[in-house]
Amino acid sequence: MDNSKAVFVGAVFVALALFPWLGAGSYGIDLVTKIMIYAILALSLELLVGSTGLVCFGQAAFFGIGAYAAVLLSGEEDAASVLWLLPACVLAAALYALAVGALSLRTKGVYFIMVTLAFAQMAYFVVHDTALGGGTDGIYLYFRPGLGEWLVLDDPVTMYLFSLACLIGVFAFLAVLLRSRFGRALAGIKVNEQRMRGTGFTTYPYKLAAFTISGGLAGLGGFLFAVKDGFVNPELMSWHLSGAALVMIILGGLGHLRGALVGAFAFLLLQELFKTEAIFGDFAKHWHLGLGIVIIAAVAFLPRGLVGLPEQLRKRLAGVGAGERGGSLKNPLGEAKS
Amino acid sequence: MSNEVFLRGQDITRRWGGLVAVNQVSVTLERNCIHAVIGTNGAGKSTLINLLSGEIALSGGSVELLGEDVTAWTQPRRARAGLGRSYQRNTIYPSFSVFENCRLAAQATHQKGWSWWQRADRCPVSTEAARDAAHRAGLDKLLDRTAGMISHGQKRQLEIAMCLATGPKVLLLDEPLAGMGAEETERMLAMLDELRPDHGILLVEHDMDAVFRVADQITVMVNGTVIASGDPDFIRNSSEVREAYLGEGH
Repeated sequence: MDNSKAVFVGAVFVALALFPWLGAGSYGIDLVTKIMIYAILALSLELLVGSTGLVCFGQAAFFGIGAYAAVLLSGEEDAASVLWLLPACVLAAALYALAVGALSLRTKGVYFIMVTLAFAQMAYFVVHDTALGGGTDGIYLYFRPGLGEWLVLDDPVTMYLFSLACLIGVFAFLAVLLRSRFGRALAGIKVNEQRMRGTGFTTYPYKLAAFTISGGLAGLGGFLFAVKDGFVNPELMSWHLSGAALVMIILGGLGHLRGALVGAFAFLLLQELFKTEAIFGDFAKHWHLGLGIVIIAAVAFLPRGLVGLPEQLRKRLAGVGAGERGGSLKNPLGEAKS
Repeated sequence: MSNEVFLRGQDITRRWGGLVAVNQVSVTLERNCIHAVIGTNGAGKSTLINLLSGEIALSGGSVELLGEDVTAWTQPRRARAGLGRSYQRNTIYPSFSVFENCRLAAQATHQKGWSWWQRADRCPVSTEAARDAAHRAGLDKLLDRTAGMISHGQKRQLEIAMCLATGPKVLLLDEPLAGMGAEETERMLAMLDELRPDHGILLVEHDMDAVFRVADQITVMVNGTVIASGDPDFIRNSSEVREAYLGEGH
């Protein structure tokens, strides 16, 4: 089972690496670069929501801070080096996450959701209403950062491959992290924090570390976004994006890293599909509606998200043969909750 | 001969507004001694465990663990210092394997949260402690099973195993026999007997036959107050206890 998951993820990454040479075209390169960047955002949120059980509704703030830092820290005369600019952006987002986490993690449940949203909105209004953030119009990046001749991110294919490398790096990092003692402690906190405390885990530092790492990774996504578009605006920090990131990981399947990956692709490809006038004509203007209906249907019919679909189908097929027997196997873990 | 005192709760009190849930209760847990706390529902037995383990703060009194005053310590700190507790309701991690339930508990004494690149299941300290705890709780054959899928009695055993995995000196057991069949009860009582020599055990239990069989000392609580405390014979013959709790017919 574990092997098939690794094969799936490996195949996705290989396919992505080959994509530019498979007649992708500039539109395709641009779209998939964008999707990979959002996938990094989704992965960062998965660490909180799916792996630790902390529903953060302000992930866009960290993404936006990474993006704004990329633009604000870049010089106006010369291209900055990726070597220091990228870590600086990650650090800026992580520091903000550390501060937000330190306060918001004192709350629980729906209050936590609201407090993270409030902090994100604060960040949004700072860039929206001050000279620092350039207001509604945002700011342009004068020079894309790079690394001399080695890394020229003005070239879309290089930008694509660089984003892919970051995505693979983030995925691998989280995969290793989650199977470490730290990751197992987060998993325990997600299932039963009270028990974890009773066993001897001081859970607050674990949650704060997860929150900070998550913020830093989202900042990496923001950095890439700013470099790719050469432009930032306050919408990068809006709650719409925080919400979209949540929808991505739910659509893909919570509790699985590949769920964030699949979810980001599904969400953005669906969005692109419903926006296509060639298919939907005038209705393409109302793409939110189409996308919304699909998401509602997905949540209703795919309780474990897209990554749970193969198992769901397998059970359905087995259920046809086994008849009544399927009933007793339903929700085998339900008993433990009661 | 007096035994080593592992845990001492002195005048433990907890008020919820005007209600006094636990009123000036003093308990001592010694090595080689099972101290049972009995009482009707709502007598404050579980609250007492919550207070001793640090899950809720005291309104008054003090807790001493292995000779140290731990009254101001948080629950995780008390747990790491050797205070293990089990819960009345199963609090296992149902989606993990039986082994991983024990291993994660054992990890508490060897957390190393910063070594993010090392696999948790290759941590020699916690894997060995987990195997040992599972063995003592009689779960050797179930290590790879999903914890949510094992029987109720086995889940109760797993609760204890998770408790043991941290290597505690003191065990606060909240109704470990609840919902168990006769055979499972026997197994659990045998396990308590085995644990007795090295641990100070507080046993909250409703099964009176079991309590009078294993307990060395019994404390009876009514409405948050201790009405009697002594060895089983003393409690059995105490007229106050008969009146307040056991009922005349007992």
